[in-house]
Amino acid sequence: MKIDSTVTQFLVDNIDTDQIIPARFLKTISKVGLGDQLFYDWRYNADGSPKPEFVLNTEKAKKSQVLVAGDNFGCGSSREHAPWALTQYGFQAVISTSFADIFKNNSLKNRLLPIVVSKEVHTALLGALAADPDLRVSVDVEAQTVSWTGGPSVTFPIDAFSKHCILAGVDEIGYVQQHEAQIAAFEAGRVLSLNTLG
Amino acid sequence: MVAEREGAPSLLYIDLHLVHEVTSPQAFSGLRERGAKVRRPDLTFATVDHSTPTTPRSLPIVDPIAAAQVDQLEKNAAEFGIPYFGFQNANQGIVHVIGPENGLTQPGMTVVCGDSHTATHGAFGALAFGIGTSEVEMVLATQTLLQRKSKSYEVAVNGTLRPGVTAKDIILALCAKIGIGGGTGAVFEYTGTAIRALSMEERMTVCNMSIEAGARAGLVAPDDSTFAYLAGRKYAPAGAEWDKAVALWKQLPTDAGAAYDLSTSIDANTLEPMITFGTNPGMGMAISGAVPDPGGVADSTERESLRKALAYMGLEAGKPLAGQKIDVVFIGSCTNSRMSDLRAAASVLKGRKVNAGVRVMVVPGSQQIKRQAEAEGLDRVFRESGAEWREAGCSMCIAMNGDQLTPGQYSVSTSNRNFEGRQGKGGRTFLASPLTAAASAVTGVVTDVRTML
Repeated sequence: MKIDSTVTQFLVDNIDTDQIIPARFLKTISKVGLGDQLFYDWRYNADGSPKPEFVLNTEKAKKSQVLVAGDNFGCGSSREHAPWALTQYGFQAVISTSFADIFKNNSLKNRLLPIVVSKEVHTALLGALAADPDLRVSVDVEAQTVSWTGGPSVTFPIDAFSKHCILAGVDEIGYVQQHEAQIAAFEAGRVLSLNTLG
Repeated sequence: MVAEREGAPSLLYIDLHLVHEVTSPQAFSGLRERGAKVRRPDLTFATVDHSTPTTPRSLPIVDPIAAAQVDQLEKNAAEFGIPYFGFQNANQGIVHVIGPENGLTQPGMTVVCGDSHTATHGAFGALAFGIGTSEVEMVLATQTLLQRKSKSYEVAVNGTLRPGVTAKDIILALCAKIGIGGGTGAVFEYTGTAIRALSMEERMTVCNMSIEAGARAGLVAPDDSTFAYLAGRKYAPAGAEWDKAVALWKQLPTDAGAAYDLSTSIDANTLEPMITFGTNPGMGMAISGAVPDPGGVADSTERESLRKALAYMGLEAGKPLAGQKIDVVFIGSCTNSRMSDLRAAASVLKGRKVNAGVRVMVVPGSQQIKRQAEAEGLDRVFRESGAEWREAGCSMCIAMNGDQLTPGQYSVSTSNRNFEGRQGKGGRTFLASPLTAAASAVTGVVTDVRTML
């Protein structure tokens, strides 16, 4: 998986999943149609018309696949609607100095890359974007690198198993189902374990 | 632990899976698509809480989208054979309230739910954490999760809480101290004399908001309070099984002198009632304090975030929050909707009247709690003071069910999140304890409950 894209910047710390997609949109029983609801309360006026100055309403952002955000992105609620909305809008990667745990997990299961970089790299990227707002970044999942013209090639961490699943298109549930014998054996031994429900 | 393999995450067996209407429909659809069954319906329990109205249960659900979601869970539970505490069921309630009160949550278990406040169940010495919908499907299909080990983080709370200071103030103080991302990658263990002195309900309040300090899970080692709470509950072991279980549970506590990856502490002796001023739970302070000045923050992104928060909240830096006019008081949520919370609020409201400019909603965490509170006459105390006494659910904590603030309104809320729009678009939330909420309901302004004790 490789990404080569312009960058959308959203430099607020601690963006919570209630901002990414407000709770009133979670009454759906489907996964689709969430892209238009991404950052709804920051993105639209009270009458539902888009705020032209809000970054996600620009043509440039709509074509971008990489979001650069502030620290601790995706904190709060466990709603997987957050990565669904981000990917349906068009993002394939979010670059930040840190991510909330549940959001990071949910993102990896939806092929949305949570790319953690150091404060220095984050600052360097913002500097490069200030000099050239049309700067393109390249992300290579196999090599675990993010780079841009005139900048360093930076390695980012990604859980080895998640990387394998993303690159090979592994269905994680299918993978675990292959361990049926082990799960059944564990269950058989649970009679003596702590569990009293069954 | 079912399996551990080099390179792959461990396969963790799940002892209890709680399901609600909002984060499960897509998981059940996924099961159908892959032709899978729910592997252990007997370890899975479903209820409705988020989308459900808190108006009398004789009325239908007016919002057609919410009604369809509730209906979908009922169908899914029936199709897959899952026990279901439905809208009209006498055991319906907030998922994190009904697990413990029915004895489903027990020490040493792994507990998951598609909800970030699953950490609540950690109060029993269970490893309990929130998961996304893909993982809900995983647990439904396999009763396991792929997991990496978290860091251990000791939160030591020693000393004695003073009058007017509660479990809620402990957890708000932790959020303020280490910040909303402070516990990322970790599981909290709450230790110390002040934690030991808490009731099980109070421990649930503390563990509930672990996620608000960044940790997916937070737990308290089980002790005699834990066992006394569980004894005789519907799904708790009984007879010889009970003795066997208690003997095993007694082996669970962390060894004395064990090393943690991280640690912090809170002094209960000096703790004051806490309140939030900003737009995340880490933006909190003692109620006697003043709203911080963004000008004093060195980091530029942090400074901008604080400035943005104060602009949203309509607050002035340097001013105290006490005395700030409010419009709504919400007493409820998986953080503070249990009997001890309702009793605390009622102790302040008894013989007093709610301020004429304030709407006060009291929402019990479950139908069981509602009945118990009514048996104790708390509903009369609330009604006579001018507060609303409603049916069980998440209500104005997440504002999905019609209970919500209007733009610009201020609330003092016993819930867990003060994010922008969390209690309704444009609404502004001050998080606090049930005592602080009740005191503020009487005066119509943010109030230090200690002036009324």
